[in-house]
Amino acid sequence: MSSLLSGPALVLLDHHEGTVRPPVFELLTAARGLGVPVFGVWFGDGLEDGLGALSALGDAGVARVYRVGLSGSGSLAPDSRLTPVAAEAMTAVAVEQAASLVLLTSTFENKEIAARVGAATGAGVVVDAGGVAVTGGRVVADKTVFAGTWNTRCAITTALAVVALKPNSVQAEPADIPTTPEVVVVDVVVSDRALAVTLVERTERPASGRPELGGAQVVVAGGRGTEGDFSPLEELADLLGGAVGATRVATDEGWIGHDAQIGQTGVTIAPRLYVGAGVSGAVHHRGGMQAAGTIVAVNSDPEAPIFEIADFGVVGDLFTVLPQAAAELRRLKG
Amino acid sequence: MRIVVCVKHVPDIQAERSLGPDGRVVRDDGDGTLNELDENAVEAALTLVEASRAAGGTGEVIVLTVGPEDAEDAVRRGLQMGAETAVHVLDDAIAGSDVFGTAVVLGAAIRFLGADAPVDLVVTGMAALDGLTSMLPAALAAELDLPQLTLAAEVTVSDGVARVRRELDVATEVLTAPLPVLVSVTDQANEPRYPNFKGIMAARKKPVTVLSLADLGVEPSTVGSAGARTEVVEAVARPAREHRVLITDDGTAGLQLAAFLIENKFV
Repeated sequence: MSSLLSGPALVLLDHHEGTVRPPVFELLTAARGLGVPVFGVWFGDGLEDGLGALSALGDAGVARVYRVGLSGSGSLAPDSRLTPVAAEAMTAVAVEQAASLVLLTSTFENKEIAARVGAATGAGVVVDAGGVAVTGGRVVADKTVFAGTWNTRCAITTALAVVALKPNSVQAEPADIPTTPEVVVVDVVVSDRALAVTLVERTERPASGRPELGGAQVVVAGGRGTEGDFSPLEELADLLGGAVGATRVATDEGWIGHDAQIGQTGVTIAPRLYVGAGVSGAVHHRGGMQAAGTIVAVNSDPEAPIFEIADFGVVGDLFTVLPQAAAELRRLKG
Repeated sequence: MRIVVCVKHVPDIQAERSLGPDGRVVRDDGDGTLNELDENAVEAALTLVEASRAAGGTGEVIVLTVGPEDAEDAVRRGLQMGAETAVHVLDDAIAGSDVFGTAVVLGAAIRFLGADAPVDLVVTGMAALDGLTSMLPAALAAELDLPQLTLAAEVTVSDGVARVRRELDVATEVLTAPLPVLVSVTDQANEPRYPNFKGIMAARKKPVTVLSLADLGVEPSTVGSAGARTEVVEAVARPAREHRVLITDDGTAGLQLAAFLIENKFV
């Protein structure tokens, strides 16, 4: 295996008000494994104001952070939360630095950024990848497709590669030798085309206090069988340190927020453990969780399709089985 | 208001899907269907045009697809739902296209249609249920140099401005942009109408315009596998899960589940 990439890896440093999002450390771990300098791109404030972002990035081996300032012909400052704006900045830095790889966490928005960087630069793009390596001088990404039923390896044949990695695919590790990242301020003038979209309003959702669904190692999901009562699932999730998810049925009924929906049009997850309670396992939902490491299912219907893919299936009443399991876990944990 | 809706014919996700020895998705084997998420796109376009007509304006919905022969089924379905016009870009050289090649072809077709009369909106679904990358809307917007309003749960047009509400993981947003724009809609955006008998009969009389790359002035080397920027170097079906357990609750299932979780170190 050769590491003949010519230019640095450029990582999009997703953060929330100065706290770097956990999957970014997974990206940085993957980037370090490629044998090239690792640079980051940071939008907005919070990099150097005492919240520790810069030193956390140094612990992860980042050599340099490009802190982006945006300007444009309009009266309002360009908003980096608009993906075409962020993409123009990523492209500018990638081209100027002759990057060989742009790495992002695979989210709906970042996949748009990936597509636009590809469109602007001619780079090949792989999103929803499970891993990235260099083979024969090319970036090669691992990816499972068709609801986790096929494993593929995709080589990117262009000089610049763009890869979006799914959260929880790579184990984040600190760098052997921490760095003190250099901070370089970069001013990007955003095109009028990217400024044509106005972000009129944005309302953040309150955080639940549980792990974020997309990156959680353990997910307990509920469907029609919960009949709106998620309490046994929440109890089990809390014992396992997991996130709570749901099927489209449950979110449509309003039993839980739409952001909990696991499925091809909601969140796609690949946790180590998935527990589906009162979930029938319809194709749309399966497509969003079939790649989970271990699948547990509890459903009163023995014909439920989810039993076709469960490693441990229980035909039973979730309102009996889950509390009994939770009580037993509490008893054994002491 | 003139709207082009891009639709895709995909292998049926309920059937077994596979990759061939060349690493490409096996298509054209009779088990395909209009991508379910594109039904929401057609519905959104039809609703916008109906609103335009109700306000005294005009409107036309054109459904457009790129794909092998049986991809025609996707635009036929759009005609049955009520679209006026259907276009199918069919050319052997398109096979093996990556998302950028597809965007080049769709973009050329939309510019071709725009030469007759301006296109006000391009509408797509949020993802194709085979590839699931969700990259096409952004790539197509870039190709056409149109503002993009993606992942819309709601879209309206008023006084030449499109407005969308989008539900993201972490937030709800409202975005606007002046026409022409590209919009992608999610499955939350609407309930697609079922074609009724009248629609199905009327659709039979509507022709599907078939175009080749030459008709669109697209260089074959820029699309298809010739133009692709990625290459599947390995594709292996994952083995089925082994050692699966299925029990019926006899009063101890919860205890057995707890034991399983502990044994497998999930606690």
